[in-house]
Amino acid sequence: MAKLLAVTIIIIAIGSAIPIVGHYWEAPANVSTHGHLIDDQMSDTMVETGICFLVSQIILAVFIWKYANRGREHRIGRLPGGALGLVILAFLVVGSEVIALGVLGTHAWAEVYFKPPGPNAMPVQVQAGQFAFYFRYPGPDGVFGPIHPDMISEATENFFGLDTTHDAASKDDIVTAEMDIPINREIHLLMHSKDLGHSFFVPAMRIQQDFVPGLDLSLHFTADKIGRYEIVCTQLCGLGHYNMKAYLSVLSPDDFDKWLKQEAALQ
Amino acid sequence: MHNMPADPTLHHAPPQGFIRKYIFSIDHKVIGKQYYALGLVAVVTGMVLSWIMRVHLGWTNARIPGVGFFTPAGAPGGLMTPELYLQIMTMHATLMVFFVLTVAPFAAYGNFFLPIQVGAEDMPFPHINMMSFWVTLVAFCVLVSSFFVGDGPTLAGWTSYAPLSAVGAAAGPGQGTGQVLWAVSIAIFCVGQLLGSLNFIPTTLDLRAKGMTFSRMPYTVWAWFITSLMGLTAFAVLMPACVLLILDHVAGTSFFVASNLVVNDQLVPHAGGSTLLWQHLFWFFGHPEVYIAIVPGMGIVSHVLSTNLRRPLLSYKVVIGSMLTIAFLSYMVYGHHMFVSGMNPVSSLAFSFPTLIITIPATIIVLIWLGSIYKSRLRINSASLFALGFISMFISGGISGFFLAQPTIDIMLHATYFVVGHFHLVMAVAAIFGIFAGTYFWFPKMFGRMLDERLGKIHFWLTFVGAYCIFMPFHYLGFAANVRRYQAFVDDYTVHLIPVHRFITIAALATGAAQFIFLYNIIHSRFWGKPAPENPWEATSLEWTIPSPPPFDNFGGKHPIVTHDAYQYGVDGPDGKDYVMQDAPEGIAPQAPAES
Repeated sequence: MAKLLAVTIIIIAIGSAIPIVGHYWEAPANVSTHGHLIDDQMSDTMVETGICFLVSQIILAVFIWKYANRGREHRIGRLPGGALGLVILAFLVVGSEVIALGVLGTHAWAEVYFKPPGPNAMPVQVQAGQFAFYFRYPGPDGVFGPIHPDMISEATENFFGLDTTHDAASKDDIVTAEMDIPINREIHLLMHSKDLGHSFFVPAMRIQQDFVPGLDLSLHFTADKIGRYEIVCTQLCGLGHYNMKAYLSVLSPDDFDKWLKQEAALQ
Repeated sequence: MHNMPADPTLHHAPPQGFIRKYIFSIDHKVIGKQYYALGLVAVVTGMVLSWIMRVHLGWTNARIPGVGFFTPAGAPGGLMTPELYLQIMTMHATLMVFFVLTVAPFAAYGNFFLPIQVGAEDMPFPHINMMSFWVTLVAFCVLVSSFFVGDGPTLAGWTSYAPLSAVGAAAGPGQGTGQVLWAVSIAIFCVGQLLGSLNFIPTTLDLRAKGMTFSRMPYTVWAWFITSLMGLTAFAVLMPACVLLILDHVAGTSFFVASNLVVNDQLVPHAGGSTLLWQHLFWFFGHPEVYIAIVPGMGIVSHVLSTNLRRPLLSYKVVIGSMLTIAFLSYMVYGHHMFVSGMNPVSSLAFSFPTLIITIPATIIVLIWLGSIYKSRLRINSASLFALGFISMFISGGISGFFLAQPTIDIMLHATYFVVGHFHLVMAVAAIFGIFAGTYFWFPKMFGRMLDERLGKIHFWLTFVGAYCIFMPFHYLGFAANVRRYQAFVDDYTVHLIPVHRFITIAALATGAAQFIFLYNIIHSRFWGKPAPENPWEATSLEWTIPSPPPFDNFGGKHPIVTHDAYQYGVDGPDGKDYVMQDAPEGIAPQAPAES
């Protein structure tokens, strides 16, 4: 039975690695300029932890195979190096992984979160609410009109609570249900929630950020591939959570301008 | 065993009558069994709920007979509604985390064996101990009652993030009465566990038998002691957090609700609260809770493994030191649940490093287990199989933690099935393997009957292979950005993942069904099992020096005197044995094991 367990552990360990090595199921391909940093970090982690996983499971299996059911005629032996050797090994192996992945990995995090958006970044506002995202572009004046929470209404389709009668800056704001952006132009995404906690996850764009009711948060990113990608909510927000989604379309600059004009005409 | 007068301050008379003996008992062993029974009821309920979830996720339009029973609103034609899925998910997680993973390895075994293993007659405050169980039972009843009131239980998940959990019924089904009942239940549960910790800590510190120095305590005693310390601080934070949440519902306060929120087209009459405050309070409890679930398992595995390797682990001090380090660090890592929460991104890095570093003591313990198998005389039985299975699961689940400890990678894996796979392997399956190892090991002592070893081994094989079939694919789904807590997968990029979900569902049904072998085994053996001898595993610690099952005062009016450390295996002991009991007369054997 011990030998069967040893073989089973090895089969499970190697079998678990096959779908990963074979790239059976993967996230949508990266379409952002920063995404490769995350992907590289993921691959490095996969290699380092994958080796640790396989080696430790195989050692477990080999030891079970070799040392199970030994009688009294076998003396108990001590692992060369003993506990101190293992402590040193743990510090060396895990410590070097912590340094390699933890310290070097901060580079990608800093790229996304510490670097402010450039001066030419295009601002787009996103508002999350049960169970939809709405987007707002500032229009020709480049200024977002103020939000009046008491005027927010799904019934009247005033999703952002804009007072276009009194607020001049709101008059040219463009509100959409889909997010379109131009390729190779940095986007400064201004995020707020009107009701509960939500999240903004675009797997292909390698961005995920929660909405925090009461806080204005922001993200910035640049898309480098034309296409249509899914935005999904990852923060449990109620019964329609699974269906809270929108599309992010990356267009050529000309197509984007055309789209924005069409949307402005619909306001 | 030496005849010693019993300490009159600790002695309580044998219980009289059925009610004092089995219901309102102050005997720590009966309380331990009560906790175990509560854990069993909760785990069966939680498992059935998970089956329903899995069937629904694999075949979203399948009609599931009887599923409408779970809420007053029901499920039209047996078809699960989106809210019912989330309600069942929330109850599955709450039952499992609180009433199984906390109750069974810590409260059940700790109650039964901690006093015996340190050589005490009972806990120092038996009535408080009794109260601890009954308070926990009330918490369980309050939680389950939410199935039958209002529009059913909360759907906010076991993490109950505000403001979804704080703004009331406008946020959705179950967010009124159901949510309040959840918070009340958890607050009561915290009281129960605090009362438990208040007994465990002085038992370990003050009631140790003569000669039971700290360095002679079994690993399990250390594990329960460390868990008590964690519980004392963690539950003491969650309880007031739940009280504040209740106040937001019933007293109009705004601890967790910010100003100017518009829910369901209505301006919410709250102002000035903080959404992130709940997350900080919850995870300050929540991460130590992970270790509250797993540290007792580490202790049980170390204890069971030493016995079955027929040798002490490579270093007692290193194992204990590592467990203490894990407990200490567990308070500094909680922010890794919040990397993309909107918390300051510098904090994310600050929480990332301790999270990565906590893998060092965890790795050390794993290496000590592995290194101790080397040139041992490993005995294969149901208990040791589950202990070995624990090691394998703990390695798998622990290593996937390395991904989630990095904020950069968390951008892609946060709230995906990768997280579900990770925590199920490392804190649920591993902890449950620890519970199983403990049951196969200690059942003879608890009930005086042996379990059926053949059934135990069948149970192990089906559970070991089954658990990997369920939880390893969760990681692949996570890599494919499959978001968790969805009742159906409608996103274009997830449609091709549905066959993986179906595979998991089939594995979950089969593995769950295999647990009925275990249930049959414990129920059948309890009444008709082979009578257990005093020390069936040739083990050394004090629980094996007394009859199976132990008398009400554990040591029959005597006080053991401990002369040896807890793991004198692989030695040339008396009567040709390869072990020396902890209370054997001094000088009977060399302290160090014979080695080649």
